[in-house]
Amino acid sequence: MSVANLSYRAAFSLVLKRDLTIAMRHKDDIINPLLFFVIVVTLFPLGIGPEAQTLSRIAPGIIWVAALLSTLLSLDRLFKSDHSDGSLEQMLLSPQPVFILVLAKILAHWIITGLPLILIAPLLAVLLHLNEQSYSALILTLLLGTPVLSLLGAIGVALTVGIKKGGVLLSLLVLPLYIPVLIFATSAIDTAALGLPYSGQLAIIAALFFGSLTLAPFAVGAALKVSTN
Amino acid sequence: MWKWLHPYANPEVSYHFAGKLLPWLSALAALFLSIGIVWALAFAPADYQQGDSFRIFYIHVPAASLSMGIYFGMAVAAFTSLVWQFKLADASAAALAPVGATFTAIALITGAAWGKPMWGTWWIWDARLTSELILLFLYLGVIALHSAFEDKNLAGKAAGILTLVGVINLPIIKYSVEWWNTLHQGSTVSKLGKPSMSADMLWPFLFCFVGFILLVSVIVCIRFRSEILARNSIRPWVRTLVSKHIKEENNNAV
Repeated sequence: MSVANLSYRAAFSLVLKRDLTIAMRHKDDIINPLLFFVIVVTLFPLGIGPEAQTLSRIAPGIIWVAALLSTLLSLDRLFKSDHSDGSLEQMLLSPQPVFILVLAKILAHWIITGLPLILIAPLLAVLLHLNEQSYSALILTLLLGTPVLSLLGAIGVALTVGIKKGGVLLSLLVLPLYIPVLIFATSAIDTAALGLPYSGQLAIIAALFFGSLTLAPFAVGAALKVSTN
Repeated sequence: MWKWLHPYANPEVSYHFAGKLLPWLSALAALFLSIGIVWALAFAPADYQQGDSFRIFYIHVPAASLSMGIYFGMAVAAFTSLVWQFKLADASAAALAPVGATFTAIALITGAAWGKPMWGTWWIWDARLTSELILLFLYLGVIALHSAFEDKNLAGKAAGILTLVGVINLPIIKYSVEWWNTLHQGSTVSKLGKPSMSADMLWPFLFCFVGFILLVSVIVCIRFRSEILARNSIRPWVRTLVSKHIKEENNNAV
């Protein structure tokens, strides 16, 4: 079957499979951001002190800030290697809409970096004495929030992929955009610790998720066209 | 309907048009600012509660509202450039960004200077202060992205996309910060508890406000002209302009 008449779904799964295969062959790309996440979280008790009460108070913030930072570190690999070996340009030239391809790449990125992070977060929450009532809130906010991080981050990577020293610039561009997710996620976890319903915060994070899901791929596509020029 | 606008798509025409506007705008800005500032600082009555320290608001409030207005203007320029491929819009967005960042910084610094005697602290994690700080970060991101590209056309496009992403995010950030603040601390320090300004305070304020808007347009005009020159440096009209300028300088030197 020639590439030109691939259906949208086939193109989506092709790009997704390709990215996942590449990631499985470079396992350190998956493990390193995760290790970074764990190490950053361990630094906080060392810096602040081991009192369980203080730690459980600031645990949601620590876990979420560490999640933001480790996502930021892993964002680079989203387009960088494809850009340097030219396959990104081929993707942009293909007859399939950029929206589909970009979405597949972002989903692959989330599976590689977001999902492991969610799996290891409860363990770190134990280390930080997170309130027992907050675990489900932590997992739910991470499930809804980390895709937003991948989607918004993709815009930043797409804008900086053509620049040689894009790493620091990327964090400058992306971190301010992450603020709403951070605010609502930590507030949901805090509210859960008090035994109050936190569905309002979850609804807002879900709204952020669907908003960025529909809008971000367009921005990424436009930015990629600028970057590959 | 829009035909009268077409000649201004030519960089040369726009360059000379901005040059013609410049003296008028500068004169008006100087007039309004000098009247407004002198009136506000020397003659307007002192606030009955805050004394003389409220006078910083004659600079703080225009700077704060302009910081947001300029971002909005940048977004409109970026949108124009992306949709209609109108290259001069990129130049005007590039001209606006540093001015907006400066006004955001002025708003933050004057706000802190007012907060020290009034609230007893330089900084407070108040919703408005925080969102102003984030606005500064967004400005700095746009400027950094713009300067990271060698090619000015690419830089304009990339910065334009970021500006548009930012303008969608700005209200979200603003409301989330307000929400965060009300959650984390029970009562915020009340702002300028004034239902309405008295007329002898309002008039100097209006003069200051208009004066600052004119000042921004003067600076933007100057920056817009130099952006046009930088982007068109290989065009013949720029070369003749420069050689004419050099000749004049030489004549003056002799």
